[in-house]
Amino acid sequence: MGAIFRPYSPSDSLQSDRSSGDRQRHREKLRKALKENIADVISEQSIIGRGADSIVKVPIRGIKEFRFVFGQNTPKVAQGDGNSEPGQKVGKIQQDRKPGDGEAGNMPGEDYYETEVSLEELVEIMFEDLELPDLESKPLRAIEAEYTHKRSGTKRVGIRAHLDRKKTAKNRIKRKFAKEKVEKDHLAKEAALQSEKKASERFPFDQRDFRYHRHKPDIRYESNAVVICIMDTSGSMNVMKKYLARCFFFLLYQFVRLKYQQTELVFIAHDTQAKEVSEDDFFHRGESGGTMISSGYQKALDIIHDRFDPSLWNVYAFHCSDGDNFQEDIPKTLALTKELCAACNLFGYGEIKPTGGVSWGTPMLKHFDDISEKNFTTLGISSKSDIWPKFKAFLSRDRQKAESSINVFDPTS
Amino acid sequence: MGRSYDVKELQKWEARIFEKVQEFGLDCYPQEFEICDHVQMLSMMTYHGMPSHYPHWSFGKSFERTKTYYDHGLQGIPYEMVINSNPSIAGLMRDNSLCLQILTMAHVYGHNDFFKNNFTFRHTQADLVVARFKSHADRIRGYVEDPSIGQDAVERIIDAAHALSFQCHRNQAIKRLDRSEQIDRAITKNEEEEKQRKATQTKTKEETPDLFKIPLEPDANILLFIRDHNARLAEWEKDVLTIVHEEALYFQPQMETKIINEGWACYWHREIMNSLDLPTDIHMEFLVRHNQVVRPIPGDLNPYNIGLALWDRIEELEVGRARDHNEDKQQLDTREALFEIREVDRDSSFIRRFMDRETMEKLDLFEAAPEHQDWVISKISDDENWKAIRNLLVNSVGLTSIPFIQITDCNAHGSQTLQMRHEFDGRELEANYAEKTLEHIYTLWGRKVVLETTMNNNKTRYSFDNSGLSISADLIDSMYPAFDYP
Repeated sequence: MGAIFRPYSPSDSLQSDRSSGDRQRHREKLRKALKENIADVISEQSIIGRGADSIVKVPIRGIKEFRFVFGQNTPKVAQGDGNSEPGQKVGKIQQDRKPGDGEAGNMPGEDYYETEVSLEELVEIMFEDLELPDLESKPLRAIEAEYTHKRSGTKRVGIRAHLDRKKTAKNRIKRKFAKEKVEKDHLAKEAALQSEKKASERFPFDQRDFRYHRHKPDIRYESNAVVICIMDTSGSMNVMKKYLARCFFFLLYQFVRLKYQQTELVFIAHDTQAKEVSEDDFFHRGESGGTMISSGYQKALDIIHDRFDPSLWNVYAFHCSDGDNFQEDIPKTLALTKELCAACNLFGYGEIKPTGGVSWGTPMLKHFDDISEKNFTTLGISSKSDIWPKFKAFLSRDRQKAESSINVFDPTS
Repeated sequence: MGRSYDVKELQKWEARIFEKVQEFGLDCYPQEFEICDHVQMLSMMTYHGMPSHYPHWSFGKSFERTKTYYDHGLQGIPYEMVINSNPSIAGLMRDNSLCLQILTMAHVYGHNDFFKNNFTFRHTQADLVVARFKSHADRIRGYVEDPSIGQDAVERIIDAAHALSFQCHRNQAIKRLDRSEQIDRAITKNEEEEKQRKATQTKTKEETPDLFKIPLEPDANILLFIRDHNARLAEWEKDVLTIVHEEALYFQPQMETKIINEGWACYWHREIMNSLDLPTDIHMEFLVRHNQVVRPIPGDLNPYNIGLALWDRIEELEVGRARDHNEDKQQLDTREALFEIREVDRDSSFIRRFMDRETMEKLDLFEAAPEHQDWVISKISDDENWKAIRNLLVNSVGLTSIPFIQITDCNAHGSQTLQMRHEFDGRELEANYAEKTLEHIYTLWGRKVVLETTMNNNKTRYSFDNSGLSISADLIDSMYPAFDYP
């Protein structure tokens, strides 16, 4: 009596991917865990400035399966290579990995492990976290790009050019059959006599047969957006400040990119003079000189007028600076801010003051308080952990605007 | 390597192996082999070899992890995957060489014999196991698809049940008394104490047992206890608990016999392979593979290595000298002795009975203690310490590596607080895991749950109720010692 052999069949192997459901579910759980930790993830340096399809390793508070287990403080038995002596080190104690910052180790019981997600997925999760369902509708201006017609059903009256010949011909045949049937029933006797005559008789189209195409206007909206990143590159903007600014620009860009078909980026670096620069220069160029914020704003306005007409583009502008502006530049800056607000969907000013930094001059934040434009926001960023909450606040400003613009059309208000 | 083969070839070799199996007197279930590819093998591993199994995300996690390890070459796929069922089912990976297939088949017969004969597997009902797992899978899928239950609710219960599945009685061969028998036992015990008291005329206070207490005797089957005593669980929830418990019971013997079982299979595959008159190339490859499998892994424990060393030692003691397995024929009476041991022992008893100083030295077993970030050898198998190390080993195999926790009371006539006690044996619970697991128990019990254990040499009570976790004052005192004010 021999054993039974079940030979391999490749079709089985396709069907037998029976873990796919469970893998999917696990993935969902990971995603949820990731969402809960999104603020931590975003402040991690590695995700900033990478392509959308790149894979990032993200530490997440894992979905562990907890059971009663013994702690690691008890001795264990193991094997050696034949000459073990007391006092030898035989391997490291495995510890749960924790993310970044060198403060690992003092928080027992928090377990992290790394998972790989694509940046695309990460960004999606980030904005799920924002929970801004109506964001798309109002503040995003859709621009009418194409106006054409689309056929949609038929109607009984119309111009000759729209005649639906097939339907019309069908209707005539239907009517013909109906008429013959009626005549057959009522004039059965004469039928035989008349049929010969009838076959040769014409049966013309009638007004009732005609059908015309109904047309519906078909408007395609094109939604284009431009993100204008304005950054102060004066001598006081150090690496840390630029890094924080970069994080913020990254988020803004990802957000806008998600909502529009086409997104352009403009980088403006300014000290006392403003220049449009490449992305690489923007983040990596050395810094020097004083600060004239108005120069950056003027440049932004120029670019908008030259290339991005606000009636065709959704403009998002954001300015990062440490707020050390020349005193005499302030009135001009405020005037330009108002102009920019008029041109942009959203204009934000982020003042970056890492804690412990020394500041000179008067922070711009105070002056900006006077500006009452609804789509203008100021925020202060002092550390990495600030970025996500502040970004959320920035966008919820956008949402408030959306709600208020809905109210305008509400007849009850 | 290099030889190509087909199923006919495998069947031919299997016939010869089976001949040897019978000649050696191994007592096996009928065997079935499934030829599969590596993805199927990974799937088999994920679902413990079961042709059908209920769905749960943890299997997806396990699959991903194993596959990642495999893809990155961190871990190979084991040569064999065999389940304890009648007929026994084993997978053969089609990419393996002919030698590996022959080796695997021989090895599988060793396991098959062990499954059929070892006492720990008696309760597993090998005839029905595949059908039972299928039925479990169908039932759970039914609950998931039921619109009034749904995936989230089912997962909540399975998550909690998985956390507790191995919290059950350690030895299924010992019969559990039912409640009336427990009452009888308590009364008898009380009467005997009474007699004792009268005889010795001691004036200790008379204590009558509380016969209404639930459970009367501490109960380690946490899942079943909750199923039977939490009236608010829905029928499907009870069924899920039963299913998880039954599966744990099925896998319990395999955890309990890892070393003895692998050792047994290695012993017999070597015996069979050596008696097959293999062609030289296959024989050479066999020697290489065999030594890869049974080599010691420094800094860890290789059950194949330890198991085989113990079986060899037993044989050596029976025969009176070490046997050259390539040359000497096995003797019949030793075989009988070996068969008896494979029937009545599990890892803990096997090691306690047969692990002697010589073997421990040969295996270079040592005790390592944690020191800062490293494991540092604290004791080696010398005159003074070998027994201590052996006892530690006995305590770290099978279910003794899982903390033993019993339900002592459920205050059925009052607060319905579930009282549990960790039977402390010098090893502390991992606090964070204990807290989270306690939360799972709370999920199932629905009222306050309390766990007594020992931490930092202090009696400690963890409790979890609707306001969350709290830890008794004892532990907090020891963590933050009070200052003595002058």
